[in-house]
Amino acid sequence: MSAPLLQLTEVTKSFGGIHALSAVTSGVPEGKIVGIIGPNGAGKTTLFNVITGAYRADSGAVRLNGTALNGLPPHRIAREGIARTFQNIRLFPSMTVWEHLLVAQPHGESWWRRLLPVGWGDPAAQVRAEEVMEFFGLTGLRDRPAKSLPYGLQRRVEMARALTARPKLLLLDEPVAGMNHDEAEEVRQLMLKLRATGVTILLIEHDMNFVMRLCDYLYVLDFGVLIAEGTPGEVRTNPRVLDAYLGKDE
Amino acid sequence: MSTYYASLFAEAGILLLGALSVYIILATGQLSLGNAAFMAIGAYLSSYLTVAIGMPVTPALIVSAIAAGIIGVIVGFPALRLKGIYLAMATLGFGEMMRSFFINFPAMGGSGGFHGMAHISVGYIWAWAGGILAVLILVERSRVWLEMQAVHDDETAAGLVGLNTVAIKVSAFGIGAAVAAISGGLFAHHHVYIEPANFGFERSIDFVLATILGGSTLGLGSLIGAILLVFLPEFLRPIADWRLAAFGTLLILVLLLRRQGIVDRMLLRGLTFRKAAS
Repeated sequence: MSAPLLQLTEVTKSFGGIHALSAVTSGVPEGKIVGIIGPNGAGKTTLFNVITGAYRADSGAVRLNGTALNGLPPHRIAREGIARTFQNIRLFPSMTVWEHLLVAQPHGESWWRRLLPVGWGDPAAQVRAEEVMEFFGLTGLRDRPAKSLPYGLQRRVEMARALTARPKLLLLDEPVAGMNHDEAEEVRQLMLKLRATGVTILLIEHDMNFVMRLCDYLYVLDFGVLIAEGTPGEVRTNPRVLDAYLGKDE
Repeated sequence: MSTYYASLFAEAGILLLGALSVYIILATGQLSLGNAAFMAIGAYLSSYLTVAIGMPVTPALIVSAIAAGIIGVIVGFPALRLKGIYLAMATLGFGEMMRSFFINFPAMGGSGGFHGMAHISVGYIWAWAGGILAVLILVERSRVWLEMQAVHDDETAAGLVGLNTVAIKVSAFGIGAAVAAISGGLFAHHHVYIEPANFGFERSIDFVLATILGGSTLGLGSLIGAILLVFLPEFLRPIADWRLAAFGTLLILVLLLRRQGIVDRMLLRGLTFRKAAS
């Protein structure tokens, strides 16, 4: 892989004596869908939190397109072009679907333009919000409070919100958790459509069937250590991965 | 209009601005129980400017608002580290601190108070109160307001969609403080006499009460809350000594039946929808 969009070098993070991440080195190439898999407690969500600035890595470097992200506050990292969703959906309870998409717009505009009523000074923001709403099939739900929607749709709103800011890299934390097969398949189709528009995706997922059919490349984490990587086909047959998931024969 | 009603309207306008100052800060999820302190700063500074320097009232109010806004920003930074009830306690402490500062500040009369301000009309008070409310109602439809709402709803998620949560929360404190200072300046020039006891804890609580009672998710709520808080006890005068008890009962009933306050977005949408349908 040459010059990946996101490059992690020797990223280490400990909580007390627990090594949540030990010298994790990995890369996410532009325009690909990359998955991180691993048993519970392997450090997957910690890795997301380090990338997005919620946690600060003890050592190591996170670079997006060559720009170092370590130590930047979360909103700066977001503006560099990283957006994420959460394992337990985090929507804004007081907002409608439409408002979620307005608030997460790209941050180029001056503050006084953003102070004007949305209908007056911000045609670009509205166009972008409409676009994203349509892409995610949310147009009919525009003025519904997002929290009142069924679970699967809430996940979509969260993804739409993440995408509104035109991120270069989209981090998805268990995007199909709790979904049935058909819903998961819809999400998979959306991901493929997104990749076609040039968005790079890094995702955590437990649903192996989903991961194997969607991802271009996989990293396998176990107890904070990267134990394997490769295409889904390579990872599936890797004996270390089988050990991590099924336990080692003594 | 009789002087009696005129003075009630003046009180309502002053309370409206105080309530809005709480509302603006509350919109970012921060509860301030110390806004009477910013009101005191506005009252004392504007009085000093008009009486001692001879500045006209309007520029004196603007200067006081800017000064209080800067102090609000300074208070806003330590407030970032506190949440919920702890922030409420800290702002309460700030309010008491400011009040005792003015008690021990002989240049402005200390506990004896300060006077000599020229009286302003009810119309002037409502020009400010109505003007600020109108601007706020427009800002409520902006992206900046949505950003404040996002911080209020989920600070972590707000940061991760690229919002500078620190700047948003601190600015809200600054703007809230500036509005409270206008309220204070108007109070001083309406009563033409101020003393530190005017800006105690009860005043801060009145602000919060008006906001919560009227509806803390809309600026319009502060208007309704302020009017109710000023006029209701007056209309209950026939029951004499029981009027405050009756007022308290009404307050509890409203909060039990409509925890979100009297007006909220759903109610407004319902009203406009019905109008469109008929």
